[in-house]
Amino acid sequence: MLASLEGAVTAAVLALTAVGLSLVFGIMRVVNVAHGEFFMLGAVLAWWVSSWFGGHVAIGFVAALVIAPMLVGAVAALADVTILKRIDYDPERTIVVTIGLLYVIQQVVLMTYGPEARPVEPPFNTRLALPWFEWGENGLQLYWPWGLSTTSYKLFVIAAAAVVLEAVWLLMRHTKMGLVMRATQLDGEMAQVFGIPVERVYAFTFGLGAGLAALGAVLIVPIQQAHYLMGGDPLLLSFIVVIIGGLGSLPGTVVAALLIGMSDGIISVFFSPTLAKILATLLVALVLVFRPQGLFGTRTA
Amino acid sequence: MTETAKAVILHLGLIAVLFALQFVLPAYHHGNMARVMVLATYAMGYNLLFGYTGLLSLGHAMFFAAGMYGMALTVRHLGWTPPPALLAGLLSGAVLSALVGALALRTVGVAFMIVTLMFSQAAYLTILYFTTWTRGEEGFVLQQVQRVFWGIDPSDPTTRYFLALLVFATCLMLSLWLVRSGFGKVLIAIRENEDRAQMLGYDIFAHKLGAVVISGTMSATAGAVYALLFGYAGASFAGVQYSILPLLWVLLGGAGTLIGPFIGALFTFYLIDITSGYTSAYMAVVGAVLIALTLFARQGIGGEIRARVWRGLP
Amino acid sequence: MSLLSTSGLSKEFGGLRAVHDVSFALEEGEVRALIGPNGAGKTTFVGMLCGRIEPSAGTVRFDGTDISRLPAHRRIRAGMAYTFQITSVFARLSCHENVALAVRRRKGNVAKDVPEALRRVGLADRAEQLAGDLSYGHQRLLEIAMGLAQKPRLLILDEPTQGLADSEIEDFVALIRELKAEATILLIEHNMAVVMEVADAITVLNFGEVLAEGAPAEIRANREVQAAYLGTG
Ligand SMILES: Nc1ncnc2c1ncn2[C@@H]1O[C@H](COP(=O)(O)OP(=O)(O)OP(=O)(O)O)[C@@H](O)[C@H]1O
Ligand SMILES: [Mg+2]
Repeated sequence: MLASLEGAVTAAVLALTAVGLSLVFGIMRVVNVAHGEFFMLGAVLAWWVSSWFGGHVAIGFVAALVIAPMLVGAVAALADVTILKRIDYDPERTIVVTIGLLYVIQQVVLMTYGPEARPVEPPFNTRLALPWFEWGENGLQLYWPWGLSTTSYKLFVIAAAAVVLEAVWLLMRHTKMGLVMRATQLDGEMAQVFGIPVERVYAFTFGLGAGLAALGAVLIVPIQQAHYLMGGDPLLLSFIVVIIGGLGSLPGTVVAALLIGMSDGIISVFFSPTLAKILATLLVALVLVFRPQGLFGTRTA
Repeated sequence: MTETAKAVILHLGLIAVLFALQFVLPAYHHGNMARVMVLATYAMGYNLLFGYTGLLSLGHAMFFAAGMYGMALTVRHLGWTPPPALLAGLLSGAVLSALVGALALRTVGVAFMIVTLMFSQAAYLTILYFTTWTRGEEGFVLQQVQRVFWGIDPSDPTTRYFLALLVFATCLMLSLWLVRSGFGKVLIAIRENEDRAQMLGYDIFAHKLGAVVISGTMSATAGAVYALLFGYAGASFAGVQYSILPLLWVLLGGAGTLIGPFIGALFTFYLIDITSGYTSAYMAVVGAVLIALTLFARQGIGGEIRARVWRGLP
Repeated sequence: MSLLSTSGLSKEFGGLRAVHDVSFALEEGEVRALIGPNGAGKTTFVGMLCGRIEPSAGTVRFDGTDISRLPAHRRIRAGMAYTFQITSVFARLSCHENVALAVRRRKGNVAKDVPEALRRVGLADRAEQLAGDLSYGHQRLLEIAMGLAQKPRLLILDEPTQGLADSEIEDFVALIRELKAEATILLIEHNMAVVMEVADAITVLNFGEVLAEGAPAEIRANREVQAAYLGTG
C-alpha cells in the first residue's frame, strides 16, 4: 500500500515527463535525447528560484513552479528555432544534435551550479496517517496504524500531476491550439498550405514538452535533490514509457507511466534495482523490435 | 596513376608518417598517440557501419566493451595469456554483434538508433550487475606480468606505440580493401539507395548483418587492444558516452572516408585534452562540436577533401 | 508453359482494393503492355510480381516454380529486373558504378558489360558523371541500362518513357524492339503510341481488375476500354 503510494508519486512525475517527450515525438516526429536535461534544468532552476525568494518556503516554491517550467520552455523553444528548424527536423541529425544539446546543457549546469546535489524544501510536509481496513470481530474495521503514513506533499504531487495532465488533454482535444497542433501532426506540409504557422507550432510544442519535464522536476525536487546528472534516469524511463505506450499516443503514455512507475517499487522488491533496469531496457528494445506500435497501441508507428 | 594506387599510397603514407612520428614526438605524446590510434581503430569500426552502410548505431560501446572485457576478464579470472585473451575479446564482439544485429536490423531509422542504445545500456548495466567480477565503474587493472607475451611488454611506451600502430595499420588496410571490394560497394549502394540495391538482387539484410558484425568485431578489437596496452578495464567504456564519441569522431573527420575516423579521433582527443586543463566540464565542448558539425559541416573534414580535392578518396 | 503467371492475385490497402483477383500469364519472348487509368493498380500489381509488395491473396509463378514466398532479391536473382516508376538510381555514384552494381550481382564482366549497357541507352559518354547530375530523362535511361545489365529473363518497366523527350522516346522504342530477342518484357505505359508500336499484347487494368486483354488492335476497338481509359468512345 505504502509502496504503491510511493509508486504513484514516481508515476505522476514520470507521466508528466513522458507526456512531454511523447508530445514532441507525436507532433514533430522528433526524438529529443536532451529531454532528461530539460528535466534536470527544471530542478536546478527550481533550487535557484526558491533560494532567491526569501520569506516563507511556499512563496519560493510556488514561484519555482511557475518560473522554472516557463524558463525551460523558453530555452527549448529557442533551441528549436535556432537549431532543429535549421536542420529541417531530419530524424537522424535531430538525434545527433539533441545529444549535443544534452552535453551542453548538462556541462553548463556543472560549470555554474556545480557538482553538488541540493535540496529544495517542500512548501508543506505534514505527515498523514493512512487508514487500513481489516476484518475484525465486528466485520470490516478501520485502523490508523502508525507505520502507514505519507506526507501531504506527496499527495499534492499526485494531484498536481493529474491536474496538469488533464489540462494538457483538454488543450489538445478542445482548444484551437490543440486542433492546430493535431493538424500539424497529421501533415506538416498540408497544415502549412492551410495557413497554420507550422514553425510557431513546432517551437511551442517543443517548449511545452520541455516545460512539462521541468514541471515534473520542480515537483520532485523537494523529495529528491537537484543534481546536474539527474537527467539520465528520467530520460531512460520516459523513453521506456513512450515506447511501451505506443509512440506518440498520449493515453498510452499515461497508462504506461502509471504501470511502470507503480511497478518500479514492486519490481525492486524482487530484483535488485540494476537487474530491474536491465530487464526494463531489454524489454523496451524487444518491444521496438517486435511490436513497434507499443504494447497497447494498435496503429503502426 | 590509377585510383587504387593513389588510395594505397595515401593510406600507407599515413602509416609511414605515424611510424616516423614515434622518433620525432616528445615522450608525453607517445601514450596519447597510442591511445588515439586505438580509439581511431574503434572509430573505423564504427564508420564501416555508419559511414559506409548508412546505419547510425548509438550502442557501439557495447562492442568495444565486449572486446575489452572478453580480453581482460579471461586474463584476470582464467589466467589466460594475452594472445588467446585477445582472441576471446574479438570473439565476444563478433558474437554480440551478430546477436544484436539480427534483432536490431528488424527496425529502421530512429528505432534502430534507440534499439542499439537500449541494448548497449543493458550491456553496461550487466557489467555493473556483475560487479564482483568486473569491479563495476571503478574497473580493474591488469598487472604488467599479466600483459607480457612472446617476450613483448605492452606497458613499455615504445612497444605500446608500435603495437597500437600495428593494429591501426592492419585495420586501416583491411578497411581499404573491404570498401573497395564487391561487398563494400554493395554496402555503399545500400547507404545510397536501399530500395534500388534490393531490386538489383542484393540481400539487404545479409549485407547489413555482415556490416554490423565486421563493424562490431573491429570495435571489439580496439577494446581488447585497449585493455592490453593500457592495462585497464572499466564500465565507463561501456557507457553511453563511449557510444557517442565514435559518432562524433566520424562526423568530425568525415563519415564514409577511411582517414576520417583517425582525423576525428586525433582532433577530439587533443581538444578534450586541452579543454580539460581548464574545466572539468569538457564534455560541453563535445556537445558544442556535435551541434556545430550537424549545422554547418555535415561532411566533416574528409568529406570536404572529397568534395574539393579528390573525388575518389576512399 | 508461361514464363510468368499469377492466379487470384489481390492486394488491399486497408479496405481499398488496389488489385483484385488478377489471373495473368506472360509467354516467354513476348512484349506485354499493362495499361489502365491512374490508380488502376498497375504499380501495385507489378510490385507483387517482383516481391516489393506482399499480396493479400493469390500466387505468382515464375518459370514453373511458385515464387509467392520468395523475398524480392531472390526473385531478381531468379531472372527478373525492375525499374521504378519514380526514378531510383544511386545519385551520388557514377553512372558506371550504377550499372556495375547490376553487373557484379550476376558475376558478369564489368569491363565489358557496363559500357555495353550504357551504350545501348545512349549514355556511353557519361560513364564517369554522377548519376544525380544527369537530367531526369537521362536518369530514366540509366535505370533502364541497369535493368539491361542484369540480363534478365523478364524485364518489368514502370512507365519508362515518362519525362523523356520525343527523340528519346523514339530511341526507346527502337531499344525495346532490339531487346525482344533477349528478354520477355512487361511494360507499364501511358503513351499509347509507344504501346501500339511495341506491344504484342495488351492487358488493361481498371479498378484493380483485368478489364480486357488481347492484341493491340482488339484493345483499341474494345468499347469498354475506350470508355474506361481512352476516353474516346
Ligand atoms: N502503400 C499504399 N498504401 C495505401 N494505398 C496505396 C498504396 N499504394 C498504392 N495505393 C493505392 O492503390 C491504388 C493503386 O495504386 P497504383 O500505384 O498501383 O496505381 P497505378 O495504376 O500504378 O497508377 P499510376 O498510373 O498513377 O501510376 C491507388 O488508389 C493508390 O492510391
Ligand atoms: Mg503506377
